[in-house]
Order: sequence, then C-alpha cells, then structure tokens
Amino acid sequence: MMDLLFFAIFATVAVLCAINVVLQKHPISSALSLVGVMASLAVLYLLLGGEFIAMAQIIVYAGAVMVLFIFVIMLLNAGIEVRRGRSWMATIFGVPALLGLLGVLGYLLVRWFPDAPAIKFGDFTGGTAKEVGYALFTTYLLPFEVTSVLILIAILGAVVLARKELD
Amino acid sequence: MEFLIATSIKLALIAFVLLTALAYIQWVERKVIAHVQVRMGPSRVGPHGLLQPLADVIKLITKEGVLPPHVNRVFYLAAPILAVFMALISISVIPFGTSITVLGHKTMMELADVNVGILVILAVSSMGVYGIALAGWSSNNKYSLLGGLRSSAQMISYELPMSLAIAAPLLSAGSLSLRTIVRSQGGSWHMIPHWAIFAFPAPQIFSFIIFMIAAFAETNRIPFDLPEAENELVAGFHVEYSSMSFAAFFMAEYANMVTVCCVATLLFLGGWQPLFPASHGSNFVAPLIFALSGAICIYHGINYVRPFDRITLPIFGVIFLGCAGLFAFPPLVPVLTPLFWFLAKMSFLLFVFIWIRATLPRFRYDQLMSFAWKFLFPVALVNLLVTGFLVAWVS
Repeated sequence: MMDLLFFAIFATVAVLCAINVVLQKHPISSALSLVGVMASLAVLYLLLGGEFIAMAQIIVYAGAVMVLFIFVIMLLNAGIEVRRGRSWMATIFGVPALLGLLGVLGYLLVRWFPDAPAIKFGDFTGGTAKEVGYALFTTYLLPFEVTSVLILIAILGAVVLARKELD
Repeated sequence: MEFLIATSIKLALIAFVLLTALAYIQWVERKVIAHVQVRMGPSRVGPHGLLQPLADVIKLITKEGVLPPHVNRVFYLAAPILAVFMALISISVIPFGTSITVLGHKTMMELADVNVGILVILAVSSMGVYGIALAGWSSNNKYSLLGGLRSSAQMISYELPMSLAIAAPLLSAGSLSLRTIVRSQGGSWHMIPHWAIFAFPAPQIFSFIIFMIAAFAETNRIPFDLPEAENELVAGFHVEYSSMSFAAFFMAEYANMVTVCCVATLLFLGGWQPLFPASHGSNFVAPLIFALSGAICIYHGINYVRPFDRITLPIFGVIFLGCAGLFAFPPLVPVLTPLFWFLAKMSFLLFVFIWIRATLPRFRYDQLMSFAWKFLFPVALVNLLVTGFLVAWVS
C-alpha cells in the first residue's frame, strides 16, 4: 500500500519533471528538472529493491553529470531560449504523430511480451553491490572494458580539443 | 506502530541535539580561534559567552531579509533551503552507538539502518553542491557567480579522491552498511585496536589523510574556502543573501562539517569502538575525564581569577561531575560508553577543522585544482590499488 503510494507520487513527479524539461525556456530550469527526473527514477529503483542502483543513479547522474551540465550552462552564461517561428508541419502533426508512436510502442510491447508477469515492489534481489560487481567482472566483462576504453577515447579527444596550441 | 513512535522520538531528539550543536560549534570555533590568536573570544553574552549563539540566532531572525530586485527569484529563494536540506538529511543514516533498550523496546541508535548507508551519504553530499551553485548563479552578481562556479568545480574535483579514499576501507570491511563497517573494526590486537587506520593487511592511514583533505574542500573550509574568499570575492556565493537565508548557508556548512567528521569516525576511527579493550579499563575513561574536568572547574572556581568565575565554574564543575555520575548506573553504561567514544572522536576531528582554520592560509585557485588532479587523485588511486591487492592477498 505504502509502496503503491510512493510509486504513484514519484512516477508522477518523474513525468511532470520530464515534461518540464521541454517546456522551460531557461537552460538552468530545464537542467534542474532533469535532476528531478533522475532523483525520482532513483526512488523508483529503490521501490523495486535495487538500493545500490538507486544510489549509483543519484551519485552519477543527479550528482555528477547534472552538476557538470549546470556548471557549463553557468560558465557560458546561456540566456533564455529565443522562440523562433515553428514550422507549420510540427504544429499540425506533432501531437498526432507522438500519440501514434506511443500507440505503436504499446502495441508492440503487448504483442512481444503477452504473458510478462507484473512487477512486484521490492521483489528484485540481484541489486546488491556484490552481485552487480560480480556480473560486471564476469558476464559483462567485455562490454564493461570496451565502454571504459570508449570513455577514455572521449576524454583524450576532449583534451586534444581543449589543449592550447603550442608554438 | 512501535517503529513509528520510536522513529518519531529519535527524529525529534536528533534534530534538537544536532541544531543546538550546530549553533554551539560556532561558539567553540570562535573561542578556539580567539585563544589561538591570544584573544578572549565571545565573552559578553552570558557566562563565557555561552549565550552568544542564542543572541546570534535572534539577531539573524529579526534582521530584514532583503530580496534584491535583480535576482532570479525562484532559485534565489530555493538555494539556501536546498543547501541546508541536503546538509541535514545525511545525519539520518549515521549510527551513533549500539542499541538502546527503553521500557523493554530495543532500538538502534540511528534513524535509519540502510544497507547502502555510505552511498546514501555520498549521494546526498553530491547533491549538496546545487545549493551553492544555484545561489551563486541566481544572485546575478559577478562575485557570486564566480563563487558558485568555483564551488561546483572544486566539489566535483575533490569528490573523486574522496570517493576513492572511502572505497579503500570498504574493501577490508566488505560491506556498505555503516553499522557493519563499524562492527568489523571491533576488537584489538594487544593494545592496538582494529580500527581501519591500524587494520592488519592494509592500514588505511593514507585513505584517512586523503579523505580529510578532500573533506576540507567538500565543506568549503579554510584552506579550501575559495567559493567565499573574502578578499577576492567579497563573500562569494552568498554576497546577496541576508537574514535567515544567510544563516541557512552557515548552518549547511557546519552540518556538512559534522557529517564528514561522523563519516571519518565511522570509516577510519572505528566508530564507537574504544581506543583500547574494555579488559584494560576503557569503560572508565569517560567517567574519569568528566570527573577530572569537574574537579578542575571547581578548583578554578574556588581560586577564581575573574569575579564571575566564582559562580559559573563551580556550576560547570557540578554538571561535569553529574555526567561522570551517570556512568555509575550499570544499565546506562553500555549505552553511554559507545556514545562517548563516538562523540569524542568526532569532536576531535571537528576541533582539527577549527584548528586548521586558525593555522593555514588559503590556497590559490590553480594550486587547488592542480593539487586535486595531479597529486591527490593519483595517490588515492594507488592507495586503492595497493589496498585491493593486500586484501586479496590475505583472504
């Protein structure tokens, strides 16, 4: 009962924040709404029983990634978004196309997973730090290492781009 | 229902003690710095200036809260609330001692025993930067903006060595729950306790030092108080704030100090585990210290230097002797002794914070950054690696 209440609250908050990200005109407001989305998602993970994942979500996304976003927005002093004239195609077909896409997605979900069991709160048990670490270093070792090399390449690229020209 | 009542009582108790302590840490800080600089410190309001925090609170509440016209109003008002909220919330997962039994109900001496406790603290402290960054940005003032930028860059940079330093003792403890971590540090080898900084396969002394250095930066304290450097940025991110919103930032800073000191105590100094085993009489340390303090107070009250010492010092002496007397009741001893050890270690670390503020000058900004990235981060990495190898080798 309590679980359901929390789920309802934080799912609503997540959706509202996500809509707010798009609606807000100022980049800082949008970024903060995104923080709200991340934090509510973390609560949803917590409700499912993935404590470690929930905390990692907050530390990595809400704490580190979004702080960097806000740092960059503040550093560049990005102003309020200027609304240019929209294309008439987007105004007319935007909402119907979105609804159509959602409908197709829902249909495919029901079609592909007709007898998927309902999720129960707190049912998930494989989310402790030990299990996550074990999975990362055995089953998913290759993707894990490849991802880290990928990130290393990205960092090197950023350093090369940002480096001052030496004469 | 029982859980609800117990939690409400603990909540009220912790909130009251913490908020009072925050006010008085400031009094201690002013007194300690004054004595380091051979001054008297606050001495007008109440005996030895003990009512100074109360006077400060009244002053801050009754001051006019100025809302400058050029600020971004929503974020300007939300920032101090966010800062103080994130600073106070992490105290809820900190275990202060073992269990306590009141009227047959056994309850743990903490608000929530989360089995990812240390991650909760990391998560909350990583969210704490929003308060300062937003305050700096929304004030629409170049000094505030610089302060906010500095604080976000500084806190992101120092979070890395801090997390790596935290990870090292977790390897030997093998758990993320703060209670289990402290329990794994119980016992002793002859007179040397099994605290993480003395632990056998990999003594965490370097992790402890790295953690403390990073903690100074995370709490924006001297020598890393760049976000509010008075002589470059006036007051940094809180230039435009006044009255209670200014007090909120102050409270957040001190609450963060308390939190990092608690975390350092739990992870490295064995939490509530005593310095030497109870068989060598560690249970008598607390009453002895209180009795000695009481005796010294009464002696100086009798041979007074200042006229009012004749009245105030004996009162303090009696209070200290009363504290010592509490340890004479057998049912209270298993509750008070762990609490004493925890608070003693934590207060010592708090004193170190104040001591360093009175000792060191401020870093330059480029020094701060190169120190974090070129020295502290690699050292923390190597330390984690060595700890990992040692733990794997032993087990």
